[in-house]
Amino acid sequence: MELKDKLVNAFMAFENQVDLDHPVHDVRSAAMKVFENQGFPTKKMEAWKYTSLKSLEKLDFNIFPKEAATLEYKDVKKYFLHEVDTYKIVFVDGVYSSFLSETTHQGIDVCLMSAALTKEMYKPIIEAYFNKVASKEENLTALNTAFSKEGAYIHIPKNTQAMKPIEIIHFATGREQALLLQPRNLVVVEENAEVQILERHQSLSENAVFTNAVTEIFAAKSAIIDFYKVQNDNNSASLVDNTYIDQHSQSVVTLHTFSFGGKMTRNNLNFYQNGERIDSTMKGVTIIGDGQHVDHHTLVHHIQPNCESHQDYKGIYDGNSTGVFNGKIMVDRLAQKTNAFQQNNNLLISDKSSINTKPQLEIFADDVKCSHGCTIGQLDHDALFYLQSRGIGKKEAQALLMYAFANNVLESVRIPELKKRVNALIAEKLGVNLGFEL
Amino acid sequence: MAYTEEELKKELETKEYEYGFYTDIESDTFPIGLSEEIVVAISKKKEEPEWMTQWRLDAYRSWLEMEEPEWANVHYTKPDFQAISYYSAPNKKPKYDSIDEVDPELLDTFKRLGISLDEQKMLAGVAVDIVMDSVSVATTFKKTLGEKGIIFCSISEAIREHPELVKKYIGSVVPQKDNYYAALNSAVFSDGSFCYIPKGVRCPMELSTYFRINQAGTGQFERTLVIADEGSYVSYLEGCTAPSRDENQLHAAVVELVALDHAEIKYSTVQNWFPGDKQGKGGVYNFVTKRGICENHAKISWTQVETGSAVTWKYPSCVLKGDHSIGEFYSIAVTNNFQQADTGTKMIHLGKNTRSTIISKGISAGKSQNSYRGLVQVGARAENARNFSQCDSLLMGDQCGAHTFPYIEVKNKTAQIEHEATTSKIGEDQIFYCNQRGIPTEKAIALIVNGFSKEVLNKLPMEFAVEAQKLLEISLEGSVG
Repeated sequence: MELKDKLVNAFMAFENQVDLDHPVHDVRSAAMKVFENQGFPTKKMEAWKYTSLKSLEKLDFNIFPKEAATLEYKDVKKYFLHEVDTYKIVFVDGVYSSFLSETTHQGIDVCLMSAALTKEMYKPIIEAYFNKVASKEENLTALNTAFSKEGAYIHIPKNTQAMKPIEIIHFATGREQALLLQPRNLVVVEENAEVQILERHQSLSENAVFTNAVTEIFAAKSAIIDFYKVQNDNNSASLVDNTYIDQHSQSVVTLHTFSFGGKMTRNNLNFYQNGERIDSTMKGVTIIGDGQHVDHHTLVHHIQPNCESHQDYKGIYDGNSTGVFNGKIMVDRLAQKTNAFQQNNNLLISDKSSINTKPQLEIFADDVKCSHGCTIGQLDHDALFYLQSRGIGKKEAQALLMYAFANNVLESVRIPELKKRVNALIAEKLGVNLGFEL
Repeated sequence: MAYTEEELKKELETKEYEYGFYTDIESDTFPIGLSEEIVVAISKKKEEPEWMTQWRLDAYRSWLEMEEPEWANVHYTKPDFQAISYYSAPNKKPKYDSIDEVDPELLDTFKRLGISLDEQKMLAGVAVDIVMDSVSVATTFKKTLGEKGIIFCSISEAIREHPELVKKYIGSVVPQKDNYYAALNSAVFSDGSFCYIPKGVRCPMELSTYFRINQAGTGQFERTLVIADEGSYVSYLEGCTAPSRDENQLHAAVVELVALDHAEIKYSTVQNWFPGDKQGKGGVYNFVTKRGICENHAKISWTQVETGSAVTWKYPSCVLKGDHSIGEFYSIAVTNNFQQADTGTKMIHLGKNTRSTIISKGISAGKSQNSYRGLVQVGARAENARNFSQCDSLLMGDQCGAHTFPYIEVKNKTAQIEHEATTSKIGEDQIFYCNQRGIPTEKAIALIVNGFSKEVLNKLPMEFAVEAQKLLEISLEGSVG
């Protein structure tokens, strides 16, 4: 059976599990109709020109996870940012694991989407924010909305700072031959509040996992959000990550994406600037090798005047990997005095690797400064020679240069432990031991 | 200050299309509509050999199965292909040897365009193959060219007299089925220019063609084929003006360039088709397919100044097939009022050590939309490909839009690609600086726009640079916000 038909049938079964009278269910049904009409995106669609889901559609996915599998903390400790104290929301095969998690309701809400969607006390927030900024048209977002039930729910009230970073981790244990996960996250950060969030998807076996995640983020006036996505899954896991960010006046949202793993990774980042003096920053490092595909699609929609956006994406492609970057900056007529910058640099290491990039500008206001730059090239031979002539091995010299290449993005990571962790991942990915800490 | 921006704006808005007049020359026009019969009739009319008729029919049949493309960032009412007359030729047909024999009315037209033949003849030895509607009626300097073995004639003449060359190269760069409009053009092209430069010959003068759409309701389907044989060089100029017309006119041309080993072709265009009036009524639809193929060590350079047309859809491209070949693209696209332009280039790197440069300057004013759409593709075997792209947009006023869609696809690790784009407006401080030094605002703007587009203007041949600057002035002067 086609995956699409299977999902349509599964929706009926899904309806037995949820409260049909809850207003959210109307949203789900509407979204299901959209998906039923459109199906999965195909390569004929401009946004999916370079990324195919065909091989995934052929797999026989299990859509409903069985009861939670148990994981020992010591086995998965390395996936946590264990050096520092954090709030944790952990899911195992899509089911919440209270054993591994550490949630809170003191001052801030760090808990579950399933609770938020069913309990009366969360209703006003759900009504105000659920499925508001997420696209109602996009195929996979609609699919996620239709099956939205579980995920992370984070609410930071006015003038509050989350004291610890929040980790959201999804484990797949591989008990199913092929597992489809559709987490739905909601992050609401009220006026003057601040939060740091880490998100990670980790498969623990060689069985196929396809994650279709949607995260909605609301940054109210003067809110500060620091979001990190670490994508270092194994080569049987695929991820489509849709993130929608609604920003209001003077808010600052920074989002880092580290894509080192996974078979197919597609990141859709959508920033909507609904206020003045907003700052949006997107940064990413991609280092991938054989059999991997990473696709970054970003959108910054400048709607109001006096805002800024910065994008900086670095990619290193080895083996027969393919990379895609599609950055779109829209500047509305009203959005005068916009500053929008976009930079995409790529290194092709192997003969079989390829890169498709499309930095796109659509500008309707005249008093703006918008620029984008894009390069594709190799390591500087002179620099390489310089290092080698000073007794540094070729591999190490290359790694040093590549590290320097990616360093711009790492500089702005504000959690030191995470920075260390990412550095280690880069060294591992580049296959070198430099004998000192970068 | 005497001259304010508002005044300037007003002046520009009230400035009607200067070249909008209509010459009353009797034409013999085919019945409107398109069918296999019409295609055959066009072919017969041109006294074409059978293979050509067949070639046209093949194109027509594949056109029937194709769909009109919709991906471009332009909006327009689709032309009704059955409401167009596909052939029109000026009636008084004999070819002239001297200028005195030419229809005085026609000469007057050229005078008003500022390209009087005698003047042209004197100006730097430009040979002009004038296309008045679809049939070329005057060719000058043919003799001088003939001595060098250069063939420069209309394509219908070439089909009759040099069938082996035409047969070999027509459709080799832009196949009949390439795209919707190329297929249509292949089926019904009425005339165009043909140029062949023999081995090792450096064409002594700039070859030039002036196109004009003249007959009401006739679409112009030009077909140009330029072949530069090994080690030769040619600089080809193409310029367009069209009279004012209320209904939309369709212009679907195909230009094919073939640069064999060590050859160089420089193709320059100044396009000034009627852009429609300031309400956005009327104007020409310009859907053009231009492509060149470079063999080893060959070079093709496209330079274009696009100021006209209501809707432009045009991507002069280079296929860098040979090793060490070079492709260049220099473009200024100006849109004003309700004009829409979706233009850019494709650089397809296939050979080793190929290089390409793209410099694109977009200027949008009024309520216009200006898009750059480009593709840089490096194939898996294209070692050491090098590309540099720069696309800058200048916005005047807050009613217009500038868009960039650069696609970059690289499959070889030795490629070095750089792309940069900026969007800005004319800075108040820049104008203030000029004002301070006694330069009025109007002049200051002209100065800045000129500076903005200088990199491209510099690439134009002398004769064209003058006209291009004039066009820039007409199209832009004063539309500053």
